[in-house]
Amino acid sequence: MDRRTFLKIMGTGVASATAGNLLAPGRSEAGERLDGKEFYGILVDTTRCIGCRLCEKACAEVNGLPVPDISESANQTVLESVRHTTDKQYTVTNKYETTKGTVFVPKRCMHCNHPGCVSSCPVNAMKKRPTGHVTWDSNCIGCRLCMVSCPFDIPKFEYDKAIPNIQKCNLCWDRFNQGVLPACVEVCPTQALMAGTRRQILDEGKRRISGAPDRYIDHIFGEYEAGGTSHIYLSEVPFDQIGFRKDMGTKPYPEYSAGYLRAVPVIATLTPLLMLGIGVAVRMGREKQIEKHEEKQDAKGKH
Amino acid sequence: MAGEKLETVAVEHKPEEKPQINSLGEFWNFFKDELKPRGNTSTAFNVLSGVAIAAGLIIILIRFFAGLGYPVTNLNQSFPWGLWMGFFVMCGVAFAGGGYVLAFIVYILGLKKYRPVLRVALLNALIAYILCSAVIIIAFGRSWNLPNVFIGNEFGAASVMFVVGWLFLLYLLTSALKFSPAFAEWIGNMKLRKTVGSLFLGAVAFGITLSILHQAGLGALMSMAKGKIHPFWYTELLPVMFFLSSIFAGLSMVIFIGTISRKVFSSQLDDEHRLPDDDIVLGLARICGGVIFAYFALSIIISRFEGDFALLNSAMGYWWLLEMIGFVAVPGLMFIHGAQKKNPVTVRAAAVIALAGIVLNRYNTVFLAYNWNLPFAEKYYPSFMEGIVTLAIISIHIWIFRWIVNRMPVLRKSPQWAVKLDKEQ
Repeated sequence: MDRRTFLKIMGTGVASATAGNLLAPGRSEAGERLDGKEFYGILVDTTRCIGCRLCEKACAEVNGLPVPDISESANQTVLESVRHTTDKQYTVTNKYETTKGTVFVPKRCMHCNHPGCVSSCPVNAMKKRPTGHVTWDSNCIGCRLCMVSCPFDIPKFEYDKAIPNIQKCNLCWDRFNQGVLPACVEVCPTQALMAGTRRQILDEGKRRISGAPDRYIDHIFGEYEAGGTSHIYLSEVPFDQIGFRKDMGTKPYPEYSAGYLRAVPVIATLTPLLMLGIGVAVRMGREKQIEKHEEKQDAKGKH
Repeated sequence: MAGEKLETVAVEHKPEEKPQINSLGEFWNFFKDELKPRGNTSTAFNVLSGVAIAAGLIIILIRFFAGLGYPVTNLNQSFPWGLWMGFFVMCGVAFAGGGYVLAFIVYILGLKKYRPVLRVALLNALIAYILCSAVIIIAFGRSWNLPNVFIGNEFGAASVMFVVGWLFLLYLLTSALKFSPAFAEWIGNMKLRKTVGSLFLGAVAFGITLSILHQAGLGALMSMAKGKIHPFWYTELLPVMFFLSSIFAGLSMVIFIGTISRKVFSSQLDDEHRLPDDDIVLGLARICGGVIFAYFALSIIISRFEGDFALLNSAMGYWWLLEMIGFVAVPGLMFIHGAQKKNPVTVRAAAVIALAGIVLNRYNTVFLAYNWNLPFAEKYYPSFMEGIVTLAIISIHIWIFRWIVNRMPVLRKSPQWAVKLDKEQ
């Protein structure tokens, strides 16, 4: 190969190595403390929840959403089936019949320590705030990869709108910045919901468990699951009986795409070199074959 | 012959005709002239595809006013991605893989015998990526923010979507560059042809690099759906599997398009492009067979490693066996058998089954084996309107492909002056 071709291939190698390295991920090393602030969260004690759904009503009211009917008769019907959150309901309370009786479980965004939705967002529309709140912003492109990447299937999309948002609980981010408790916590009549720093609510959870070992199983869901979450749960029964997955693992979900992301700059740099190497080897091999063939012809000719 | 049912193209080719476009004004007049359809415009295919395109465009308009919900699509909160993402992004990009694989075969491995199908593959890839971009604009919910992926200060650099978006855009530009020699030959501009010709080899290397990365990237998009995708379809090696399958998906599409093009565009073929076709098909079959074998073996090993064989005795287990045996192993064996026995008919059939297998696998990963545990009432299946839009986009693809093949040197060799330019480099 001539010098010009060689330089061209090296040039593309440098170009793609640069491209690949520019695309190398900035890993958010979100730990327990960010910017000197701690993560804020909610302890959900399912042994205290009575399924009154006042949290659903309060959440709808502060967010300007359709307020659900939470009368006794409405609740009787609604609680018969397990519901998901929706684009118009950021929290739902579900009823489960378990080995220890009826259990009510409020379900909403877990505000993970290392959220899959945040890491998967190509334009930083999903943000993990320094205080732990996971919020959605309007520079979203509507790709819905956050929905694919959430192990709890929380982000909801406004399919029926021409200008659709992604909707989910944002831990009352606006109220937090005004120094006010989340609406659901404020209104809960049995203090099944308790807000505080993650450290505080974990301590409280452990205190309750050790103080009443017959009332709780010795596990806080969300302490380590999916790398740890800010909504953490206490339960009297194993968590798979109340709608939680038992195969979640403790690996933060962004780690699942880290393998590919780490490989990008490596492959980007090495592939042009590999192409060059293969191309040169092939050409050299072919030239050798032609030489050998010509030698044979010469040898034949001499006889 | 069969081709005349679809389109009669009575085009005389003077090999040395050189329109000599040297300015935009000249190009505009030339282009307007070339826009006129050739041959019979009211064939059955044109009428049907025309209706599909018109209906599709109307539905796309409705989609932008009414949103992505029913009745435009059947997408719901448990199934955010469906037919459009599944077919055009997950499958269409894989089908376009023939471009980079053939470029590697012809220009890196130096196997010149495959050159007659190279430009077809490059053209198909270019059109596929352009239309895929259109589908993304339609399928994403807030597409006016798409520039934020490429410009601005809010880059989600830890996102696979971000990386794939960039790779996709760069590859689209590289694809255009790789096809531009044909364009330059069409308008007869020697300077352009010389410039893009000199960049071609670099574009090939860059294109192969970008392709490996973004074909794998499609698999990486699903990497955080662990636990939501059935274990038979989920693996942390999804990027590797998607890259491997893009190789035989692309080559199968080349075989498939080549088969159809030979009949439909036979008046465009010159001897260099007509005669070696069976030889090319058999050669590609060997490659497809080998890669499918590797893909199949890897799938089995991964499933065994994840300890999932106990799950085989279930509905999803049987579904997986159907996909792996009927749509991966069978076409793989047909490719190898066809190549051994020098039977191009077996190979062409294998290509069709392999393509169906790619569609099946990627549909499974995105919405069939995704959230498979949900009750049937909550499941997703494509809506009628999603189907019409899909047919419309495919029809547009065929119309653009046909327009270009009937005018530019894709199925016939480059004009002499261009060949000379290449030799001088």
